[in-house]
Amino acid sequence: MIPLEHYLLISAALFCIGLYAVFTRRNAIQVLIGIEFMINAAVINFVAFSKYDKAKLGGQVFALFAIVLAAAGVAVALAIILNVYKYYKTIDPGKIDELRD
Amino acid sequence: MNPGELICYILAGVVVISALVVVLTANLVRSVFLFFVTLFALAGLYVFSLADFVAVTQVIVYVGGVLVLMLFAFMLSNKELLNSLRQPAAAKLSMLTNIPAGIVAAGVFTVLAISTKGLQLAAPSGMSLFPAGMLNAGDNTIHLLGVRLMTNYLLPFELASVFLLMALIGAAHLARKGKEST
Repeated sequence: MIPLEHYLLISAALFCIGLYAVFTRRNAIQVLIGIEFMINAAVINFVAFSKYDKAKLGGQVFALFAIVLAAAGVAVALAIILNVYKYYKTIDPGKIDELRD
Repeated sequence: MNPGELICYILAGVVVISALVVVLTANLVRSVFLFFVTLFALAGLYVFSLADFVAVTQVIVYVGGVLVLMLFAFMLSNKELLNSLRQPAAAKLSMLTNIPAGIVAAGVFTVLAISTKGLQLAAPSGMSLFPAGMLNAGDNTIHLLGVRLMTNYLLPFELASVFLLMALIGAAHLARKGKEST
């Protein structure tokens, strides 16, 4: 039986790794992976707490929703990244600094 | 420590270490493949948290869907997409500029770790903490989840399907190579 605190610690570590990736990475795909890490950290918390809620199982249900929505987000984000690359010939978020064509 | 706990802590170590390597490595393709390892170990952690259906969904959706999508994005896109990412000249400078981000991330982790330290699950007065009891290892979570999805959480379930349709149409529209898409 793993205590709840350890799940929360793993989740905190994963969240901070994702945060670091979002801050520092210089290509949009790795920033996207960082965002996925942060979403997965939230999912660990959902799942860990749902152990205490047998009646409604809210944590597991919303973990499922979070996974599905994250997958949809990745699909759209990759399409956007490919389009951005077509316009700017770079996917460095720091170099994409104008909104107009 | 019994073997189950040992495996769980090994999986936790794999998650954290592979995530760190994903973030720190400069090679994009290697980072995507290690992302796969992280997601697999995470699915193992979900199993240890008695969420086997969530673990299976994680493997199918993330490993089968998201990762294949990312690899396809590499393969279908220009070769320059990968080449333009290597900036050896800026490498030394970027090491220095990463320090503030590292400090912020470490600070957030410290705050979160301290706040989990004294964690106490407590119920409001007059209510019991776990009215339905805790989930046990022998429970059929797929049955419980199916019942809940069709009763308590029917609206979010339907909303998720509409959202997926929206995302599908949106992604197909964005990624298409139309004549007028200039």
